[in-house]
Amino acid sequence: MITTMLYSLTGLILFGMGFYTLIIHSHPLRKILAVNVMATGVFLILVATAYIPVGQGDIDPVPHAMVLTGIVVSVSVTALALIFACKVQENSNLDLLRKRNHRKPMKERGL
Amino acid sequence: MKKKWNNHIRGRNPFQLLFLFLLFMLTVILAVIFCNIPEKSSVLEAGIVSMQNQSGVNSPVTAVLLNFRGYDTLLEVMVLLIAVIGVWSLTKATSFGNTADISPVQLGVVHLLTPVMCLVAAYLVWQGSHLAGGAFQGGAILGAAGVLLLVSEIPWTHAVPALVLRIGLVFGPLIFTGIALYCLWARGGLLDYPTGSAGWLILLIETTCALSIGLTLALLFAGGRPDENGSEGDIQ
Repeated sequence: MITTMLYSLTGLILFGMGFYTLIIHSHPLRKILAVNVMATGVFLILVATAYIPVGQGDIDPVPHAMVLTGIVVSVSVTALALIFACKVQENSNLDLLRKRNHRKPMKERGL
Repeated sequence: MKKKWNNHIRGRNPFQLLFLFLLFMLTVILAVIFCNIPEKSSVLEAGIVSMQNQSGVNSPVTAVLLNFRGYDTLLEVMVLLIAVIGVWSLTKATSFGNTADISPVQLGVVHLLTPVMCLVAAYLVWQGSHLAGGAFQGGAILGAAGVLLLVSEIPWTHAVPALVLRIGLVFGPLIFTGIALYCLWARGGLLDYPTGSAGWLILLIETTCALSIGLTLALLFAGGRPDENGSEGDIQ
């Protein structure tokens, strides 16, 4: 029970961190990585719910099957998203990929 | 210390702080929900255990993946195919460099590893019927082998005709769809395998899908459609 909780909460924190980066940062690569971190958090939660201590019966196969296909699908989604990000960079004047930091240094804002 | 913290706060957009607060609340609420989830309901699991011997395989995960929830897996294989179509319609494959730039050690390792990886992939697919393993694991290993070949600029990877790649991509999904439609025609339910032959039908689906998934992952890494005149990634 403790183990399941620990893994579930870690997955939840990963999900939250990914969600924060997804919304706050404007760089496409960061957003793609954030979605990946969120997906990892969800997979961790799903696997944790299926966890049963050794010797107390079999694992719950339904979440395992979902995670199994989910991982492969998330890889393909990442690949497609990376191509999209490259296309955005090629076809826009925004210099999205060249922008190093979305926050200006303090001095420029007069703080 | 306090001044530093104030500066840290002031440097941020108020909406950013609001979002951080809302996200924190969401996390806390979800954590509370997690803490109050009742002990696992074993209705699904009991159903799987009781139907296991009809599924044609001994591994519960494979039984769920390709028999009880076969429709779901069929759609996920289609998602992979659509991802490749999306990538191919956006860009052409780029070549990484020249074989001459690759160190001989790497080439030697690739020549040693590729057959072993193919063997491991075949073993994983075969093992899927009774232990952990199956089409997705085998496909991932095959995909890794393909990535290794692409990174090492092995010459023949650029000489594979585009038609062969296209047929390889749709091979697994087509066999899967064909079997699903055959079951619909013969038994009246999509992916309702005939009694007795579920085992080898699942193995057939897994083998073909592992090949297609491996090819899909490697081509996603190549990152674009092959050149129209027949050679993949051969640009200028």
